[in-house]
Amino acid sequence: MSAIAIDRLVVVRGGRPVLDGLSLAIEQGRITGLLGPSGCGKSTLMRSIVGVQRVASGSLEVLGGEAGDPALRRSVGYLTQAPSVYADLTVRENLRYFGRVLDVGDDAVERVIETVDLADAVHSRVDRLSGGQRARVSLAAAMLGEPPLLVLDEPTVGLDPVLRVSLWDGFRRLAEAGTTLLVSSHVMDEADRCDDIVLMRDGAVLAAEPRAQLLERTGCTGVEEAFLKLVGEAAA
Amino acid sequence: MSPRVTLATGRRVLTQLRRDRRTIALLLAVPSVLLILMRYVFDQDPQVFQRVGAPMVGIFPMVSMFLVTSIAMLRERTTGTLERLMTMPLAKLDILAGYSIGFSLMAAVQATVASAVAFVLLDLTIAGSAWQVVVLAVLNAILGMALGLFMSAFANSEFQAVQFMPAFLLPQILLCGLIADRDTMAEPLQWLSDVLPMTYAYEALHRVAADGQLGRRGALDVLVVIGFAVLALLLGAATLRRRTD
Repeated sequence: MSAIAIDRLVVVRGGRPVLDGLSLAIEQGRITGLLGPSGCGKSTLMRSIVGVQRVASGSLEVLGGEAGDPALRRSVGYLTQAPSVYADLTVRENLRYFGRVLDVGDDAVERVIETVDLADAVHSRVDRLSGGQRARVSLAAAMLGEPPLLVLDEPTVGLDPVLRVSLWDGFRRLAEAGTTLLVSSHVMDEADRCDDIVLMRDGAVLAAEPRAQLLERTGCTGVEEAFLKLVGEAAA
Repeated sequence: MSPRVTLATGRRVLTQLRRDRRTIALLLAVPSVLLILMRYVFDQDPQVFQRVGAPMVGIFPMVSMFLVTSIAMLRERTTGTLERLMTMPLAKLDILAGYSIGFSLMAAVQATVASAVAFVLLDLTIAGSAWQVVVLAVLNAILGMALGLFMSAFANSEFQAVQFMPAFLLPQILLCGLIADRDTMAEPLQWLSDVLPMTYAYEALHRVAADGQLGRRGALDVLVVIGFAVLALLLGAATLRRRTD
């Protein structure tokens, strides 16, 4: 079943189409990797899905409702590329505030702090944290209240390899419990941890299918190689 | 809109402000220092301080909260926290009301300290009571906050946001009657001051100071200030967009 169904989505910015008639379906309870070079429209697509992007035309159905519908505001967790938390508050103050907004209890706040491995830093102000820790505070805020859909824009950027592995293990557990995850990355090796792959280039979808199928179809051993091959074919 | 979210937002902005000790110190000390300056700059002409003391106490919070809010809101816009909030179950009114609660508390403290300095230390005497001045100061602070919130939408950087103070508030300080009687101004400036919110804030304070009560005219002035604040909040709400480019 599709958690997200996008039909001929057009987003225009500065008079130029950033997404030009994009159609795509994202399956429920799976990890979908959204991959492509910087500037290809990944973030714009994610912003459209969470309902903060002004859309020119097309339809965007998310968890059975229209993207941006007020009823979805508890069901969609969104991580922006730059950490969007209050720099002058502590980790716990940030998450408790977002927790109040989402109406989840303090126990839920403590759980996400554990999940992103920030228990040692709860009393630290965010502006005193390292870049990787800051990114995790932001990620924790997106995961508050266990939303059934997580839209994560580059969640592992700037993190050390050990932490990256542990976060991806966490994503896998969430997916097994039924959460749908859409994760963007420009690091292709992370794609090998995804169930489905969406390859984007210049505001269009180059390929969208299960990872295994993509590799088999292109005869490649990794997603990066497949991407380069498809780009080459498209240019030819 | 929900009281839970509104209160949480008010508490959050107060916590942020509290973290910045130097800003708190400046917010509390600067009005007092300027009142002291005003008192002794006109040392040979003490009537000047007696005339402008109470309006200064009451108008300061408007200027302070305008600046604090425009920077705080600009930060919410540029750091992405506003965008995050817009994806959450929160009404725009929760943000506006939360900011109002947080900053009017701060303004009340600021005006109380300034009043204490003016009335106790500097022997300011007015016909009305100090608490009336403090109440008007809080109202003016809400107006300043609402204006700051609205204006922040037109600033792309903190450099621009701070320039809105001299561009937008300083002319009002000149025109509201504090510096010179409005009757003695060039006529077009009188018309201009008729449509500026600070004029009414000043008039109300002046009435409390001179007559000891608002009276009908003063009550009307207060209503106009409230009207401007509501209008600015509505315009401010319109600048908080769920969807952006």
